Amino acid sequence: MSETLVTGLVVFVLASFVGFEIINKVPPTLHTPLMSGANAISGIAVVGAILAGGAAHLNGPTILGLVAIVLAMVNVVGGFWVTDRMLQMFKK
Amino acid sequence: MIDTVVSGILPDEWWATIARLSNLAAAALFIVGIKMLGSPATARRGNWLAAVGMAMAIGVTLLDRSAVNYGALVLTLAIGSVIGLVAAKRVAMTDMPQMVGLLNGLGGAASALVAAAEYWRITNLGEPVAADTAVTVIAGLLIGGITLTGSFMAFAKLQGLVTGAPITFPLQQPVNLGLLAAFIGGSAYLLMHPGDLTMMWVLTAIALVQGVMVVLPIGGADTPVVISVLNSLSGLAASAAGFVLGNEMLVIAGALVGASGLILTQIMCKAMNRSLTNVLFGAFGSGATTAGEGATGEANGNQVVRSIDPEEGAMMLGYARSVAIVPGYGMAVAQAQHAVRELADQLQRMGVEVRYAIHPVAGRMPGHMNVLLAEANVPYSQLCDLDDINPDFDQVDVALVIGANDVVNPDARDNPHSPIYGMPILEVDRAKHTIVIKRSMNPGFAGLDNALFYDDKTMMLFGGAKEKVSELVTSVKDLS
Repeated sequence: MSETLVTGLVVFVLASFVGFEIINKVPPTLHTPLMSGANAISGIAVVGAILAGGAAHLNGPTILGLVAIVLAMVNVVGGFWVTDRMLQMFKK
Repeated sequence: MIDTVVSGILPDEWWATIARLSNLAAAALFIVGIKMLGSPATARRGNWLAAVGMAMAIGVTLLDRSAVNYGALVLTLAIGSVIGLVAAKRVAMTDMPQMVGLLNGLGGAASALVAAAEYWRITNLGEPVAADTAVTVIAGLLIGGITLTGSFMAFAKLQGLVTGAPITFPLQQPVNLGLLAAFIGGSAYLLMHPGDLTMMWVLTAIALVQGVMVVLPIGGADTPVVISVLNSLSGLAASAAGFVLGNEMLVIAGALVGASGLILTQIMCKAMNRSLTNVLFGAFGSGATTAGEGATGEANGNQVVRSIDPEEGAMMLGYARSVAIVPGYGMAVAQAQHAVRELADQLQRMGVEVRYAIHPVAGRMPGHMNVLLAEANVPYSQLCDLDDINPDFDQVDVALVIGANDVVNPDARDNPHSPIYGMPILEVDRAKHTIVIKRSMNPGFAGLDNALFYDDKTMMLFGGAKEKVSELVTSVKDLS
């Protein structure tokens, strides 16, 4: 395995543990917002999409990247916004 | 443009360091943000912190030297943002499960596209694709593809475009195994012939079909589990894309989402006392459970159902000391949450103690009932979960069940032959009286008869949730 892949695995495993630790004991009230907020974060694929879609030549791979940017941004903006809308409603 | 300005001022190595540090900060913001999302007091700020992290990650990527096509980038970023914004502003709270499903699917699609684009780019260069890269691309296509079509299938079921009941057909399992074998075979071929573009598309197509096939046999009542699993997968898809590009930022963010989705999945499975495998492959509520349904149906064949009208219901509620409202999917479908709030308000004005008993898997996604009641301005301090309310049901005078069925079925506790035996329920049958608002005697999504409806202490109030609750409000007002 290449160095990059190993580093990636290390980061992945550690980040997963961090995730498990910080989300421990979430009250049911926040299950939906947690899910939609986390969902917005999964739109981080937009970063990869920008790298793929930002190339100088407009060819197949670049077009895939640009399509991915649109989809990921719907996920990011829609996800964060709708989460905020929900959280706004929760009051004591 | 901006790119040349920045790289003109800073040497390349500096720039690379700054970009990595900025990504580290963004990852930290995601972690703190998710952590804050776990507590009601800080949740809103947590969501914003995560959004700031995302903006940083996007900003620093735009300044990357390999991004040059700024016109197209800005245009696509803007298009996606506008669509997302409009959708998020317009969606009704009752449609939130569909919305979350759709967004999950789009995230998965974006990740799969990134993996495909990178593979295509390398083959275009005429370079051999390293085995490492090929493996990660395959993982990205598989997870992303399944997330995309699985989520869209879940969306179609929730939206009623496809029946919410489990869809099964002959040879379903062999077909699924065949698809899996085809995917593994195709992957092996791709590893032996690095750079084969056609096989990459074939693998993508198989993954897309697999997503549909996985969600087809899953019934409506199991949707909270499916939505959580897809949520987790959308994160793993992003991680896979991160492996493809060697981008730590994507790996970290994806892993966090994957973990949060997995935790929710565990909570949902525990609330149904079922394993994930059973939910995904059990085709619950279809053929396998009809035997159980028939048996209980016969046992209850001679039993009497007591039906009341709203006036009688209002008398019971108005003169009670303590009322527990148990909402279910029926409340969501009827959009009855505002009427329910009105009823609770009226009762509270008359000195009745009102609480809401929320089952973790009531509705179609984790926390579904909580969101709807919050929309109707119900303070979350009045919402009780299983462990809080179950010991208190003895002291509850009237339990008002609105469009819930399986989560209050005493068979889950008493009948070892019931398919849902062992699932924790809200023990409304221990309350002094129970009023059940229900359209008809049709069984719930699990397809099971419910012994609660035949209980001596249970009164059925037949009709639509919104209509009947509104009538209760009027009648309760007349009491005072």
